[in-house]
Amino acid sequence: MAISTAVLQAEMAAATPMSYWRTVGWRLARDPTTLVAGGVLALIVLSAVLAPWLAPYDPAAGSIRLRLAPVGSPGHLLGTDEQGRDMLSRLLWGGRMTLIAGLTPVLVAFVLGSALGVLAGYIGGLVNTLIMRTMDIFYAFPAVLLAIAISGALGPGLANTVIALSIVFVPRVVRVAESATVQVQGLEYIAAARASGAGVGAIVRHHLLANVLGPILVFSSTQVSLSIILAAGLSFLGLGVTPPAAEWGLMLNTLRQSIYVNALVPALPGLAIFATSMAFNLLSDGMRDAMDIRG
Amino acid sequence: MWVYVGRRLLLAIPTLLGASIIVFAMVHLAPGDPIAAVMPAESSKAEIEATKRAYGFDKPLPVQYLVWLGRVAQGDLGKSIATRRPVILDVRDALANSLVLALSSSLLAFVLGVGLGLLAAFRQGRVLDKVASGVAVVGVSVPHYWAGIILIIVFSVQLNWLPAMGAANDPGLVPYLRHIALPTVALALIPLGVITRVVRSAALDILNQEFVLALRAKGLATRRVFTHVVKNSAPQILTVLGLQFGFQLGGSVLVESVFSWPGTGYLLNLAIFQRDIPVLQGVILVLATFFVLLNLAVDLLQTLVDPRIVRH
Repeated sequence: MAISTAVLQAEMAAATPMSYWRTVGWRLARDPTTLVAGGVLALIVLSAVLAPWLAPYDPAAGSIRLRLAPVGSPGHLLGTDEQGRDMLSRLLWGGRMTLIAGLTPVLVAFVLGSALGVLAGYIGGLVNTLIMRTMDIFYAFPAVLLAIAISGALGPGLANTVIALSIVFVPRVVRVAESATVQVQGLEYIAAARASGAGVGAIVRHHLLANVLGPILVFSSTQVSLSIILAAGLSFLGLGVTPPAAEWGLMLNTLRQSIYVNALVPALPGLAIFATSMAFNLLSDGMRDAMDIRG
Repeated sequence: MWVYVGRRLLLAIPTLLGASIIVFAMVHLAPGDPIAAVMPAESSKAEIEATKRAYGFDKPLPVQYLVWLGRVAQGDLGKSIATRRPVILDVRDALANSLVLALSSSLLAFVLGVGLGLLAAFRQGRVLDKVASGVAVVGVSVPHYWAGIILIIVFSVQLNWLPAMGAANDPGLVPYLRHIALPTVALALIPLGVITRVVRSAALDILNQEFVLALRAKGLATRRVFTHVVKNSAPQILTVLGLQFGFQLGGSVLVESVFSWPGTGYLLNLAIFQRDIPVLQGVILVLATFFVLLNLAVDLLQTLVDPRIVRH
């Protein structure tokens, strides 16, 4: 008995030389694009978090005499905006707002969408029909239109932006969560667990969630860049974060009128949105490849 | 197959009804009284009540919904609170402009995206493939409203080649094309990225199948193999093209606002800031209906092209 277990273990060790997460790490280490994207993203997030300590000026304090100073001006590395406020400080502070407005909806969608999707997939029947058909309705609107319509109706503000974008992303996550749950539930080990007397709670916790959350997380991560673009886009339209707060989309909007005076400074907030969303996209692509998840 | 077509048509009805409920509910999400916002400050209570009655805002919600739905079904989207013009007229003009913009940007994205995606698949791992991957990730990552501003900075402000704003006032094709050029490029970026990616992976899937190996083994010229691959990946390509066209139509709000292009997005933006709820509802309802019907058409067309696909 003891010998056969040892042999079995040895065989298993030979068949699986590395654990799953070590394999993922091994693949990531050989993927420079993903590593660079991750590094850039870490820098962006860190600079947003540390904005109060990094920003050389008060992001709200302007000077009439220093309006639209070009990039590289003495004392203002990235120039100043149309009210003479330091661009570097505003970009740092703006990153906080944009990241909060862009990440929160995906987080909400991940939690709420997983719960609803797993529920629909696990219970099935009428509950499934009810949840899934309701979600289908939201697919009658293109994402941008839905976000703008809801926040247009709700009015401007950070909270309303988060609500509007959550409504955009929850149905998407629910779809992925439901189909993953249905798929996993058909597998034999769930039946085995049920046959061996595991309760509903234990099955959902140990077998279902453990196998479903990975794909849902990866899918959610692919939505972050769209969420950031839309969040900044709502502010750009005047529907999101309200002045005088610094937010990348809002900054782009107010600097738009100044492109005839100074072309480079108005381009900066958009460049920040672009860099962040691209870093998120490349990172989630790389993670998906490394974790070997299709779809 | 006809059973499937019929079922699919029936399934669109609850979706459209659900969408109409959401659109209707938007009015009641809105803080503040839409009537109070447009009435002169000195109007009396009786005047406000009369206006409310005239617009039907005094009845219970389900009744309001049914009355509204009945009118909508007859093509009556109500009157704009701001301009007092029938909403359907405003929406119709704007929709025409949006359709032209969506068509031109879709055409640009389709041609470039399908071409690039197919070439990338045939040159897997080579420079062209890397370029295509780059285009794909930039396309879906770039904030298109910012790309629009960059285009204005480069081509209108610096080079002074193309106009920055609006639709042409002068008649003729050339002024029209000059005005639509920049918004077209800005709007084409996202679908270009998506289409390149999907076409590449669809073509790769086909290329890795055994029948392609057989075709090559029997000595078929690469050009002929190409035709086979295109034919076999057509259903997937068709789907992404149809969906992207729908997104173009509904997703142009930001680009239209950057270029002041007088389409549905511009109208929607105006309606939001004037708190003109009937116009807001009308635009969204018309666009959503278009989107649902387009998805339906794509599904049906897909079944027509490849009868093996009977999706549920």
